[in-house]
Amino acid sequence: MSNPATATPKTKKSFGEWIKSRKGQKWIVIITFMFVPLLLLTVFTYVPFFKMVQFSFYKMKYIGPRTFVGLKNYKEVFSRSECFKSLYVSLYYMGGAVIQLALALFFATLMVFKTKGESFFKGAMFFPYLICGIAVGFIFKFFYARGFVLDSILQALGIKLEDIPYWLQDKKINNISLAATSVWRYTGQNMILFLGAMMSVDSDLYEAASLDGANKWHQFRYIILPSIKSIVVLNLILSISGSLSAFEPPYVITNGTMGTGTYFVIMNRLAHENQKVGLACAMAVVLLAIIVVCTVAQKLFFKYAFDDGTSDESKAAVRKRKKAEKAARKAMKGGQA
Amino acid sequence: MRTKTSPITVIFNIFKYVVLILAAVIALVPVCVCILTAFKTTDEYNASSVLDLPKTFAYFENFKIAFTQANMLRGFINTALVLIVVLTVSVFVGAMLAYVLNRFQFKGNAVIQNLFMFAALIPGIATQVTVYQIMYSLGLINHLYGYMIVLMGTDIISIYIFLQFFENLPVSLDESAIMDGCTYFGVFFKILFPLLKPAIVTSVVLKGVGVYNEYYMSNLYLQNQDLKTISTALYTFTGPYGNQYNYICAGVIITIIPILILFLIFQKQVYGGMAAGAVKG
Repeated sequence: MSNPATATPKTKKSFGEWIKSRKGQKWIVIITFMFVPLLLLTVFTYVPFFKMVQFSFYKMKYIGPRTFVGLKNYKEVFSRSECFKSLYVSLYYMGGAVIQLALALFFATLMVFKTKGESFFKGAMFFPYLICGIAVGFIFKFFYARGFVLDSILQALGIKLEDIPYWLQDKKINNISLAATSVWRYTGQNMILFLGAMMSVDSDLYEAASLDGANKWHQFRYIILPSIKSIVVLNLILSISGSLSAFEPPYVITNGTMGTGTYFVIMNRLAHENQKVGLACAMAVVLLAIIVVCTVAQKLFFKYAFDDGTSDESKAAVRKRKKAEKAARKAMKGGQA
Repeated sequence: MRTKTSPITVIFNIFKYVVLILAAVIALVPVCVCILTAFKTTDEYNASSVLDLPKTFAYFENFKIAFTQANMLRGFINTALVLIVVLTVSVFVGAMLAYVLNRFQFKGNAVIQNLFMFAALIPGIATQVTVYQIMYSLGLINHLYGYMIVLMGTDIISIYIFLQFFENLPVSLDESAIMDGCTYFGVFFKILFPLLKPAIVTSVVLKGVGVYNEYYMSNLYLQNQDLKTISTALYTFTGPYGNQYNYICAGVIITIIPILILFLIFQKQVYGGMAAGAVKG
């Protein structure tokens, strides 16, 4: 502490003096600036969180008596077919997320080289991200409806209507249709993220590389990829929790019918329509546990693979290099002997 | 400039533009078909294929019906009010909190930072079951301010962004201002806050998109007709208009127009904000 007020020896000070001192000032700032956000955090995040954990041990409705049931709700989460099936539905969204990241990376790579009409392409691909979820829902309800947009396009391409599946009713395909709307909505946004990371690379590097005769693949492999690997991996891992908490497409487009209910859609139905509050809370706790595990895994992965992002050289690379050095030394020794 | 284009580069370029045009078409077609449909009369809509052009682009009846039936004016006003209040408060609250957490060492600092980090992991919809009870007991349901408060309460993005930004603002700025007799409040409001502009843009863009798109909570907490936001207003089309997509499309286009205009004006800031928001991870 470098401020003069605290440096003075401990004399008894009145409250008024303390307020005027630097230390007093500091605490006033801390308290006034933190009061509102901490209050909001407590009331809207932590109180609900602990209540949620508490409710998950009860059989209860919103109003009326509660009975303590221990772990019964948790057992039900894992034994009820709809809950468990919904986790399986998330796999479609995870698949969608991987495709989305791959596409975004691909488009960003194409755009990083000088492109005519760049702002048009960027804008067109990014714009779906800005359309509100309900509007996206309607757009795709219309798009997938029997005999409407997608079917008309396919018919125009010469496919018979009888050969076209019902995009939203056919249980084999409807989850793919819904996950595709997420891909449509978020690919452009991911592309902008990746492009931003790629652009932060010094443009001289590209010029130097092409002067040295590096082709586009080499430029991608040795300049672009290293500059964005952490953001790509990060997004890949984030997409796991994102897929588990997928909600809007099935909620708006199919209302979770025909086997399209994701975890949250089922949870929402249990909580608000069936009023099984305890069970819904248990579902939420289970999901949160999965997300926490994923996040911890992500942190560990980053520490292991990227050395916490602080150094350019990954630990794996360091190990490899050390091994190579060791081998070289051995070989040298062998040569000497 | 001497241009030495090898055949590989030419092929690469053809491939590239074909792919980009295809991607742009896929991104735009679902929206464009909506535009076409929004200009069709009901008879025309029933008779023609969805891909046919409307007879005229001067038929605005669908837009009128959509606008009045779904009470979209009210929705726009409510959404605008929510955006203004929530964004303003979030920026100030986020910046102030980040200032305290970044610049002052005190007991509990690390704990508070971790509390916010953990809160970011909890998916919003998961806790709504219990948030609903709290909102109910506080009497915040069916009030626009209640909805605003709950949106501010779940704001963790801006705090992150500001914390990140403060890391890169030199402490010497604060120190020299304090030497000159500035109070901590003065340091924050006069010296640091104006420098936060890039972080403010980022958080306004990210939070703004989030608030504009928010549907779940506004459906839950604003059930009164007059309190509908733009997304819940649009959702009223599910019932009575079931399959009258010419009206629904008109409604969709109406909600898209303002965001399209804003996007075209602030394109650079939006992209910049997105990219800067990503760095925090």
